[in-house]
Parts: sequence; C-alpha cells; structure tokens
Amino acid sequence: MKADVRAIKTPAEQALSAAFAAALSEMPGRGPIGSLREEAFRCFDASGLPHRRIEEWKYTDLRTLMREAKPLAGPVKSKGSVPSLPGVEATRVAIVNGRYEPGWSDLTSTDPGIALSELFTFLEDQTTYRDGEIPGKDDTAFWLNTAFMTGGVVLRVKREARDKRPIHLAHVFVGDAGAAMYPRSIVIVEPGAQLTLIESFAGPADVDYQVNSALELVIGEGAQVDHIRIGHDGNSALRISTLGVSVGTKAIYRDFVLTVGGGLVRNQTFTRFGGEHTEATIGGATLIKGRQHVDNTLVIEHTAGGCTSRERFRSVLDGESHGVFQGKIVVGPHAQKTDAKMASHALLLSDEAEADNKPELEIFADDVQCGHGATAGALDGALKFYLMSRGIPETQAEALLIQAFIGEAIEDVADERIRDALMGEAISWLEARA
Amino acid sequence: MPAVQETVEQVRRIDVDQYKYGFETKIESEKAPKGLSENTIRFISGKKNEPEWMLAWRLEAYRRWLTMREPTWARVSYPKIDYQDIYYYAAPKKTSLKSLDEVDPEILRTYEKLGIPLREQEILAGVERGDGTRSRVAVDAVFDSVSVATTFKEELKKAGVMFMPISEAIREHPELVKKYLGSVVPTSDNFFATLNSAVFSDGSFVYVPEGVRCPMELSTYFRINEKNTGQFERTLIIADKGAYVSYLEGCTAPMRDENQLHAAVVELVALDDAEIKYSTVQNWYPGDAQGKGGIFNFVTKRGDCRGARSKISWTQVETGSAITWKYPSCILRGDNSRGEFYSIAISNGHQQVDSGTKMLHLGKNTISRIISKGIAAGKSNNTYRGLVSAHRKAKGARNFTNCDSLLIGDKCGAHTVPYIEAKNSSATFEHEATTSKISEDMLFYCRQRGMSAEEATALVVNGFVKDVLQQLPMEFAVEAQKLISISLEGSVG
Amino acid sequence: MAFLEVRNLHVEVEDKKILNGLTLSVEKGQVAAIMGPNGSGKSTLAYVLAGKDNYKVAEGDVLLNGESILEMPPDERAARGIFLAFQYPVEVPGVATMTFLRTALNAQRKTRGEPEVSTPEFMKLVRDTAAHLGISQDMLRRAVNVGFSGGEKKRNEILQMAVLQPQLAVLDETDSGLDIDALKIVADGVNRLRSPKRSMVVITHYQRLLNYIVPDVVHVLADGRVVKSGGKELALELEAKGYAQFQGEAA
Repeated sequence: MKADVRAIKTPAEQALSAAFAAALSEMPGRGPIGSLREEAFRCFDASGLPHRRIEEWKYTDLRTLMREAKPLAGPVKSKGSVPSLPGVEATRVAIVNGRYEPGWSDLTSTDPGIALSELFTFLEDQTTYRDGEIPGKDDTAFWLNTAFMTGGVVLRVKREARDKRPIHLAHVFVGDAGAAMYPRSIVIVEPGAQLTLIESFAGPADVDYQVNSALELVIGEGAQVDHIRIGHDGNSALRISTLGVSVGTKAIYRDFVLTVGGGLVRNQTFTRFGGEHTEATIGGATLIKGRQHVDNTLVIEHTAGGCTSRERFRSVLDGESHGVFQGKIVVGPHAQKTDAKMASHALLLSDEAEADNKPELEIFADDVQCGHGATAGALDGALKFYLMSRGIPETQAEALLIQAFIGEAIEDVADERIRDALMGEAISWLEARA
Repeated sequence: MPAVQETVEQVRRIDVDQYKYGFETKIESEKAPKGLSENTIRFISGKKNEPEWMLAWRLEAYRRWLTMREPTWARVSYPKIDYQDIYYYAAPKKTSLKSLDEVDPEILRTYEKLGIPLREQEILAGVERGDGTRSRVAVDAVFDSVSVATTFKEELKKAGVMFMPISEAIREHPELVKKYLGSVVPTSDNFFATLNSAVFSDGSFVYVPEGVRCPMELSTYFRINEKNTGQFERTLIIADKGAYVSYLEGCTAPMRDENQLHAAVVELVALDDAEIKYSTVQNWYPGDAQGKGGIFNFVTKRGDCRGARSKISWTQVETGSAITWKYPSCILRGDNSRGEFYSIAISNGHQQVDSGTKMLHLGKNTISRIISKGIAAGKSNNTYRGLVSAHRKAKGARNFTNCDSLLIGDKCGAHTVPYIEAKNSSATFEHEATTSKISEDMLFYCRQRGMSAEEATALVVNGFVKDVLQQLPMEFAVEAQKLISISLEGSVG
Repeated sequence: MAFLEVRNLHVEVEDKKILNGLTLSVEKGQVAAIMGPNGSGKSTLAYVLAGKDNYKVAEGDVLLNGESILEMPPDERAARGIFLAFQYPVEVPGVATMTFLRTALNAQRKTRGEPEVSTPEFMKLVRDTAAHLGISQDMLRRAVNVGFSGGEKKRNEILQMAVLQPQLAVLDETDSGLDIDALKIVADGVNRLRSPKRSMVVITHYQRLLNYIVPDVVHVLADGRVVKSGGKELALELEAKGYAQFQGEAA
C-alpha cells in the first residue's frame, strides 16, 4: 500500500479525514463498533473517493463531483412528522438527519410479527445476525457509511409473519444549512415471512445537504419482500444509497426505485442469490431535468443455480441532465439453469441531456439463459404526430407518451396503491415540465 | 445440464497442442541488440534509410512512451512484459531483392507451407472460388520486420493504386505519409500505440486515388519467426474521394515457449464517398494446453470516416493468440458516414480475449452496426467490450448492436460489457445481447440425423456465426470456416 | 427374427421408472401403430430407440436387424437406418435446411463407408421431394425450423425422412398440433415412403391419424408396457371406449 504513489487528497477527502478523527470518540456505539468504524475508514482512506478511472464509478466521478464534505448534521430538537406516500397506509419509521426519531414515527400500529430496535442498541448486542458476507461490502461508499454511521433502525420480521401493512422507512433532512447524514439500517426477513418495505429520501430545496445511506436486507428461505424506494431529495442534495441484499432459497424479491429529486444521486444495489430457485425483479424509473445527475448501478450475483432475475430500468432525461445505468449480471460457475435478463431504456427529451448505459454480463456457467437489451432515443415522432392529429396539443401529447413510457416500468410494482402513488409522482414531474 | 459430456471431451482434446502452423524456419536473421533505447530506434531508422523527419517522429514517440504506464483495465491478466528483453528488429539477411528469385528460398518455402501464393504465376492463377472462377489477390508478405515481396505492383500501378511496404512509402511518397500518418491514431493515443510509433518495423501502405475502385483485393500475411521479437507493424490505408478498397490481413505464428508481443497500429482514412473494407483472419499461437507461451496481441486499429457518406467496415475472425486486446474503431466524422464491425472471436484452452469495438458518432445522421459473436470453450475467458457514443452535435445518430456469446463446456466464461453513451436526444441506439450454450436438444436432433457430436457442434457454431461469415470476402470466408472447425474440432494438422 | 425387436425393456428417466418390461417386434415393411394414454411411455420408447441421453436402460435390449443398438451413439444408429420424426422439432438458427440435410446425409454415408452425394444429385432429390410436400424453395433456404409454423415443422420432418431414406422410421405424435389439411399432406408424404423394405412405428394418442396412415398392427401401451395388440380395428375400438379399460390392467 505504501509503495503506491497516492494522489494528493482533495479538500473533501481531507475534510472527511479530519471529521473522522475529531468525531470518532463521540460517535455512538460502544465496544466492537468503534473498531468496525476504524477498519472501515482505513479501507476508505487507502483508496479515497472513487474517480472515473475506477470502472464502477466511470460515469459518476465522485472525486470531482463531491467538492466538499459537509459536517455531520446534529439531531433535531423540534417535533415534526415525515412525509407519507399519498393513498398508502403504512407504518412510518422516521430517520431524521440520520437518526431514528421515535417521536416522529407511527408507533401505534406495530404488528406482533415485527420487532424494531434502534441501530446501535441492536449492534452492541449482536454483530453476527447474518450468514456470510454482505453484498457490496467492498464498496467505497459503504465503507464511508460504516465509518460515520449516525443511526438507524433494525427491523426483524418474524418467521411466517405476513404484515399486510407496509413499513415506511422515511429518511428526511431537516435544516437550513448543508450538513451530512449517514443512516444505516438493517432489515431481516425470517424464513416464510412477508414484508412490503417503502424507503423514501426527502429534504428541502436549495440546501446542499449530503446523504450516505446503507441498508442491509437479509431475506430468508421462502420469504417474500417487496421493496419500493423513492428519492425526492432537494435539488442541491448529494445522495449515495447503498443497498446490499442477500436472497435465500426459494425466496421472492421485488424491488423498485423511483428517482425524481436530488442534484447528484447514486443508487447502488448489490444483490446476491445464495440459494436456489429464487426470483428477483429489480425495476427502476428515473425522471430528471435541469442539471441533475442520477446513477443507478446494480450488481446481480448468481452464486446458486436455478434463479431467475429480471432488471428493467427506464429513464426520462430533460434539460441538461445526466442519467447513468450500469447493470452487471454475474453468473458463477455452479449457477446452472440461471435465467437472467436485463433491459435499460433511456428517453432523451432535449439535446443537452446525456444517457450512459452499461449493461454487463459476466458468465461462468454454460447452462444458462442470459441476455440484456438497452436502447436510447427520443420520443417517437410518428406517435406524437398521431396524437396531435387527433387534437391533442403538443406538450400534452409528449406528456402522454412519456407517461406511457414510464408507466411500463412502474407496472412491475405489485401493490396497486403504491403503484398509483408512484405514477402520481411521475405525473407531477410532467406537469411541472409543461 | 451443461453441454453433452462427449462434446466437452472433444473440445478438450482440441488442437491447443496441435497448432497446425507451428513450425520454425531456420534462416539467418539480422537483429538489433536486445532492449529498447534511443540507439535501437536510430538503428531501425538507419536500416530502413529513413529521412530525418521520420527518425525525429520516432524519437518523440519514444520519449513520450518512457513517461507512460501500461494500462491494466482490460479483463486479462498476463505476466509482466519485460520491454528490455525483446529484440525490436529482426530481418532476414538477404533483403535487397530485385526479383523473387533473390528471396531466401527458406522464406519462400515457409510461405508455401502457409499456403500463400507468392510466385506471380501462382497468383495470376489466383485463389479458386467455389464456383470455379478465380479471383486475384495481391499479396504483400511480411516476414518478421521486412516486407519480402509485393506482387502485382505493376497492375495496381496502372490503376493508380499505391500498395507497398510502408518503409518504401516513407521514402518514395513522404508527402502522403506525412499528411496522414498519426492522424487517426495519434502518437499519444495509448501505451502500445506510442511504443509502435517509436519502433514500428514495417507494414502496408495503400493509397487509392479519387474515383478508383481497386481492381483486386489487397492482402498481407504476417509471421513472427525470431525468438523474442515483438512484431510492430504499422499500416496506413487511404481511400480518396469516391474510392473503394478491400484489404485482407491474415496472421500466423510458430510455436514458442516465451510469449511474444504483437503491438500493431492500423490507420484507415476514408474521404467523401469512399469505402474501405478491412478483414482479418487471425490465428496466432494460443499457448499450449497449460496456457504457457503464446502471442500477446495488443493492437490499435482505427478508421476515420473523414468524408461525407464514407464507409468503413471491420470484419474479423479471431481464433488465436494467448492474450488479445484490440478494439477496431470507427470515428464517424463525416455526415451520413457509416461504420460497421463484424466479429467472430473464439477462445479455447487458457486464452483470454478482451476485445470489441468503438463507434464514435460525431457527424450528422451517422450509422453504426455491430454484430459480435463470441464462442468460449475450454478454460478460456471471452469478453466483448464495446463503446457506442453520440456526441452532442451528432444529430440523428443510429446504432444497432447485437452481441451473442456461446459457451461450450462449463469451465469457460463469456462476458459482455457495452458502454452506450447518448449525448443528444436524436440518437437512436439499440443493443441486444444473449449468452447461451448449444442446447442438448439441438445436439441430439443433429445426431439423430447422423452427425457425430463434433460435426453437430461445428454445424451449429457455423449457424451461430453465419451473419458475420457472410460479411467476409469469399476467400476469407472459406478459410475462416475451416479455421473455426479446426479451433473447435481438434483435427490434427 | 423381426427387423426391430424390443425385448423386456425397463427404462428410467430422472429416477422415475417409465418403461416396465416393454416387449415389441416390428417386421420389415410393417407399419406398427403405438397408442396409449399420456404417461404410458410412448415418447420414451421413441427416444430410447433413437438413443437420447438420460434415458437409462435398467434391463432389456433392442435389436435392429439382429444387432443390439443400445451401446451405439445416436449418429451411429441413424447411419444404421433409424429416423425419428420429433414431436417437437428443434430450431437450428443460422443453418439452412439444405445445408443441414446435406451434412446429415453425407455424415451417414461416411459412417457407412459410402461416397458422398454429388451436389446435382442431392439438389434434385430435395427439390422433387419438397415439391410433393408443398415446401417452397425459399423454405429450403431458411434456417431449420426457425419461424416455421407447426404444420411446416412436421412437413420438414417428413422431407428429412424422404431424403435420408431410413430403414426404420419412428414417428412421434406426428399429428399433434395439425389441422386436417396439414395432416393429409404429412400422411401423404409418409405413405409415399411405405415400402416392403422399410418399417415404421407410428406413435399417436388419437385414432384420427390412422385413418390416413393405415397400420398393419396396433399395440396399446399403458404404464410402460404393451397391454394389448391387434389389427387396425383395435384403434377404432379405443376411440370408442377410451384408455380407461387399460389403466387398471397394467397395474
């Protein structure tokens, strides 16, 4: 490590080092958590912020884009509430400025099948709640999150428990000045259980706050999880969210990520199929404009055979926005009978928008069916003309076509009310465009 | 369940140790001292009687190369290359020839073994087509670092086509070389291109004047013979306005224990309404069954569709070399220009292939088309890496890409890494890729009709690569089909 | 000895026993129909005759012209004259029907030590046969079975049979998925290949096909063995009474 010439640290990297050194003694979590943080920061420090020559960060050069590292946000003093998803009755768990705030959450309707604890309370008792390694553990952003984690929750859904009511993990930033938060949550779904989990990220406009969040999701044998993530951060926010999912035998995992807000957002998902005969559908919709930069990066690892995975992403890019999709399917040598398909489609609405797509396949087993498709283009002129010739004005015609385009992605979400809520977000975005 | 066990056995017994062209020619050759230094460069330049400006160009490249670092991002791993442990120049001793009779007869015998028709008579008779007619192919043979003979010069001269070793072009047509050399692959482009710019030994130079359709296909065969020589060819092909030329490049090399380096640079320039078709059938030594030895193939090939409505197509069949790192590219600069890439890449044994193409859309209404078929067998790893990008100003850019991988056996890997970058809304890009194996049902169906497992595999593989084979010039298509069968059938040379 | 002798065949597929002591003979020139309910082992018999992988013969033998074929790979059996018309013909992308046929024919000839067929000879044979089956020249140039309708695939199987001239043709539910018109064309093609030198095993679930390809003998399969044999009237009897009468018997 010493022999390599390390480039000079950027101001952001220096600030992070200083912040870590200063805050380490005061950070929550006793015992082994301290050494966990130190080890994580050591790993981060050795490589620094990722830049475009690091393959996984090719289109999101964090080293250049993250000019500064904001100081840690302090806990909120006031009482308030977190936004909910219109039309959806869910139990809201509030994570404000990176900390679990029971005062802001719905605590009344807790199902007996779900156990909730604060992050550090849980971690201090047990650090070995999962088998094997967490997918994404060698990622730079994840190291940073482990080093600085400010708080979060641990949800355990008990064996065979089937909660009809979704749990909504609402992350919110509150404040007038830019600051940083590092929420970390763990969700454990025991064998045979069922969970609908909504995760949202929101914050004020024109405030340059920073979020580095991480969620570990462990899905037991035969369990079923529907995970919906919504990013409507403020326009000056920087957010990197890491999701590490390990899926057990015969489990079903459905994930959908909608991103409409944020100045610079990276949603990175690391999924590993450790058991046979699982099914996963990972979808996404991105609607951005102005100078927004949204990067959806996925790594789907098939280490066991007979699993099916489908990834379907659609993005709509207006203004000078930049949409990135990187999806890598890795099929290990013993993962025979894998069926993996990935599709990514980008719709460009302006000449200054940019779409980068990198759907990768790394296949080491031969009895598999794997494929990917990617397209990028503009609205179909012929279709638009058809609508206009029927009397629909141009802007409305475009909106209808864009709605149809994005609607096809949102259709994958199982819950009808959640689907409607997501479609509502898309329509608001379109109306703001007019 | 993976490919029928028997088929896997067949593939395993394959020709990795039965390389058909693995023999050595014992001739005397003249070598520059080992290693790389300014003196080596001066030595090479001197041997070729180069003008001062050429030497200066080389030296500048060398000095730049000293400041650069080898790239490490491709999905290939290889033992470190010791650049000082290589001979950068080796030429057979007797080289000032007035006629073929003066060529070292050993060299001629080598080419005979390779099936290259060097004698004018043989060439006039030409290559026989399936329908009984004969075509004519002009051959420029490179033996290690020097072009041994160039045939058909006179006929081409009548049409106005220049086809000669680049060393000759540097002496005879300096204005043309100066105008175009390094204009598509600048000296600073990448580590291996810079090295090539400093020590390139020879290669082909082609210039087709305005409105001329080159009357025959031009071809070059390469061979690396000497131990520890790198082969650094430099090829420059220019098609002036409205011109057409089809160029075939074929390569073979003898068995060696030490790895051998091949770092070539090919530059193509097509002006308004011109078309260049560049086909390669590559069969370098892939290393033995343990993965030892073999050719390291690091090549920079780029075509500049400089003129409006120009067209450049790359067609390749790759079955050899231990490590391959090459991305033939097209810069679609001229409005309405078109770039095409058709490729079959087969890897077996312990080969590692990381290759693909780049299509850069700069002009308006440009089109690119990529069809890539990868076949991985044995313990090899086969990666397709492609970039399709449309610049902000590249209105109306269109691309269609289809890359498919076929896996034979369960110890190999096939990977696809496409980069699709659209920087304006009028670009329409479509990409599809699949990875699969030859299904057992398909194999059984063919076998029930009487074909052995080997024959069935060859038939299915041929069907898999058909789209690309159709793009090859006739002569090459036949050789390519044979080569594919050999790579996958294990027939003894 | 009959031309094809199946003796006490016990066959397992994926640890499941399908054939339970099947015994059957087919004389040279004979057309034998095999009928039976689903799961009785009809297709299994076809695959075992053709030599498909994963069909484990636990006991018994199959003799063709007095020679045991169970140790032979599929291509050797094909060269010996066995042809299987698949129930679900496989698509072979990128390989033209003509190319496929020529490769197969020459491979069989090579195995038998015969010279390869000459191109004009081959073209004529294929063209003539194709015309009778209503297969256009264009279809011959298309990749085998790719984008073919059900009827076209079955006609293609018969075309192959006509070109390869087998001694023993096994037709596995050739009528499945066909309407009357397609059925007639296919049956026509099969009947044109009937000869005293050629034996046929026609596997079918329904009696209808046997109106067009009239068998010399009918065998009923249930639970992996032959439970009844008879003349062509047996087929009509089955149509009237169904297979239920045999379900219990085989137990």
